[in-house]
Amino acid sequence: MRKELERYFRKDKLPHIWCPGCGHGIITGAVIRAIDNLKLDQNKICIVSGIGCSSRAPGYMNFNTLHTTHGRALAFATGIKMANPELKVIVLTGDGDCAAIGGNHLIHAARRNIDITTIVFNNSIYGMTSGQYSPMTPKGAFATTAPYGNIDRNFDLCKLAQSAGATYVARGTVYHVPQLIKLIEKALKHKGFSFVDVADICPTYFGRKNKVPTPVAMMEKIRDMSITVKTAEKLSAEELSGKIVIGEFYEENALEFTEEYAKIIKTAQGGK
Amino acid sequence: MGKRVMLMQGNEACVEGAIAAGMRFYAGYPITPSTEIAELSAEKLPKVGGKFIQMEDEIASMGAVIGASLAGLKAMTATSGPGFSLKQENIGFACLTEVPCVIVNVQRGGPSTGLPTLPAQGDVMQARWGTHGDHPIIVISPSSVREVFDMTIKAFNLSEKYRVPCILLMDEVVAHMREKVELPEELNIEIINRKKPKASLPDYKPYKDYDGDGIPPMAAFGDGTPFHVTGLIHDETGFPSTDPKVTENLLNRLMNKIYNNLDDIIEYETVDTADANTVIVTFGSTARSVLRAVKLLRQEGFKVGMLRLKTIWPFPHKAINELTQTATKNLIVAEMNYGQLIETVKASADGVFKVYGLNKYNGELITPQEVIDKVREVAVNA
Amino acid sequence: MDERIEIRLSGSGGQGLILAGIILAEAAILDGKNAVQTQSYGPEARGGASRSEVIISNESIDYPKVSKSDILLALTEEAMLKYKNGLKENGLLILDSSIEKPDGPYKILSVPILKTAQEKVGKSIVANIVALGTLISATKIVSKEAIEKAVLDRVPKGTEELNKKALYEGYKLVS
Ligand SMILES: Cc1ncc(C[n+]2csc(CCOP(=O)(O)OP(=O)(O)O)c2C)c(N)n1
Ligand code: SF4
Repeated sequence: MRKELERYFRKDKLPHIWCPGCGHGIITGAVIRAIDNLKLDQNKICIVSGIGCSSRAPGYMNFNTLHTTHGRALAFATGIKMANPELKVIVLTGDGDCAAIGGNHLIHAARRNIDITTIVFNNSIYGMTSGQYSPMTPKGAFATTAPYGNIDRNFDLCKLAQSAGATYVARGTVYHVPQLIKLIEKALKHKGFSFVDVADICPTYFGRKNKVPTPVAMMEKIRDMSITVKTAEKLSAEELSGKIVIGEFYEENALEFTEEYAKIIKTAQGGK
Repeated sequence: MGKRVMLMQGNEACVEGAIAAGMRFYAGYPITPSTEIAELSAEKLPKVGGKFIQMEDEIASMGAVIGASLAGLKAMTATSGPGFSLKQENIGFACLTEVPCVIVNVQRGGPSTGLPTLPAQGDVMQARWGTHGDHPIIVISPSSVREVFDMTIKAFNLSEKYRVPCILLMDEVVAHMREKVELPEELNIEIINRKKPKASLPDYKPYKDYDGDGIPPMAAFGDGTPFHVTGLIHDETGFPSTDPKVTENLLNRLMNKIYNNLDDIIEYETVDTADANTVIVTFGSTARSVLRAVKLLRQEGFKVGMLRLKTIWPFPHKAINELTQTATKNLIVAEMNYGQLIETVKASADGVFKVYGLNKYNGELITPQEVIDKVREVAVNA
Repeated sequence: MDERIEIRLSGSGGQGLILAGIILAEAAILDGKNAVQTQSYGPEARGGASRSEVIISNESIDYPKVSKSDILLALTEEAMLKYKNGLKENGLLILDSSIEKPDGPYKILSVPILKTAQEKVGKSIVANIVALGTLISATKIVSKEAIEKAVLDRVPKGTEELNKKALYEGYKLVS
């Protein structure tokens, strides 16, 4: 850890609970670096999470932090942002937290275009409850609740967020860290609902169940599967299958929810 | 007519009371018979600089309310049976994390979708035990439109003072009826705000009992001292712990901050109980029928009285205990359900009184005649 | 016991009887009395018979519902049939004259409320206000001044004259 980043961590709460080789620490580090690069006011940042291994991240981060109930981080975050629009509100969530139990909150927060940055620690599995399949588990993959292979189709979370109304949408990976930091920076600077899906690894459950023996092997797999948005444009659907498309998908300047509400207050109070 | 005398609906009085109490955030999802509370909040909150949001469901509404309260605003949500069920997990979160908030439950007939437009009092136990685990909670129940106004303020005051969710348990009758009310002058309304940490606290611990009253001072996110809040069992720094001692201490403090202050929290009303042989225990709109029955029965010479619980939880055992000092022999518990509160009354009466139930669960308010018939029946049996 | 007058206004959804009940209760308050108004909600209130109930008393009002009404106003036959049995013996039944009078122990006042609204006032939607005029003229449960003020406080801006006319035409139906 770089010395100047130490103030962003709650050092007395370390070591963290994550398994050796878990990708969650890499994403947490990338969020911290992005915040540091942007020189955001630590006291004006509020980080909200749901439940899961990933959702433990805020506990290690020295900001206003809220560890809520499973799937509901965006609902709590919406209340915080509305109550105090000056706060920079960041939601850290797992793929189960965000896409399964919290899926409804995701699409509605995106639809409102409320100024919240959501970062998905997408390891394609339920880590905390030890390896059940999530809505992001690829078809055919194994999980404790998919002992014969998963038959569910998984989401493309970026497409989902974009079509629901998110105004900044990107995907990074735990392998491509410098790019990930840049994407998170862009998301944090964006006004409106910004969404970064991060291809992540859970060696303990996804790795073991799917015969990817080590964290290193999982990282290499992510590296080999990743292609840029530009490259992806030239590929057919068939060629795209099994690929992780990374980079920026969408950016739009649109009216932001809390700013719109401020106008309502003005109108209701008789102003113009 | 003075300017604050008017015909007002119960749900409207709830919003007026909430705004008078300082509510500046409302999140909800429409459901009969509570919907007017959302509609009026949407209209009135921005006028006072407050905020309203219609969320995607009741789970989200409860989450948003807790988030807003943590960011420093007094916050409320309103719902009815099905929505109340959905809110429960997050209500438990607010209990454990000690986030002040008011939850209005306008009871309608259940279970399930039940009788959306008709009254019931079937959520007495859900209000107390709807969320999992041991937890404190305050539940109060109004009988008139004026009391809806007063009790909404009380709900905020208790919630802020004790850092506990407070449930305003209404029913369809009180929520939808319009009646004459005279509202108090704003200046005469007592408003309690949550205790803030002293500016000088250098190393603020969000769950430290600084004052020895079991109620930690509460900062808001963004105040300048970052802190952590979790639904896991936590120590006084707010961080998770599985230490048995820490766990026990936390749960004890949560319970004690309520149960050591029962006299401050609990309210009830007695009518004609001094010489009563039979006392009808009731709450909410049912109390109005009971009151009428008591008046009519007294004219016939029946020695009958009423105990109206304004606070339902924590249960006012003291009120039952006081009846042992009177001539009372029989208690009739009148409630619009299959018999919920009666079990607690029986436990409280501990064999001292004979306890009978007067129950109705067909979507209609218990009538004065039904109360009269029950009192006669008990008199014959006794 | 306390002097308590129970009034039930009934007809079909859309005839404005809920508003009529609110106005009647507000007029009672203007007269310094207590009043409670309740109504049917939901599916019951959509189409079919709709009702609004008002209780007026000099004392505080405990039981908020009508048990046996002193006065029943019925603007449709369906409503009349549904609610006539809830009328007290010797209670007053105010009936639109388009409805056949029922047999029963009531005082019946049959008046052309709907026709008056349509033909004399010129707008059928003010039938509720015509009905209020008739009801008050026949029973004097609230003062003329109070009902006029209550009506004017509640009706949409720009329709004051129309509603005032409706109220007075209603009044005149009882001499
Ligand atoms: C209402 C509720 N249902 C189920 C659980 C159990 N649970 C805890 S974490 C979790 C899944 C977490 O998976 P994910 O969000 O992908 O995060 P990860 O642990 O993989 O980082 C589940 C099902 C819970 N805590 N609450
Ligand atoms: S179980 Fe998986 S997601 Fe959880 S800490 Fe271990 S590696 Fe990470």
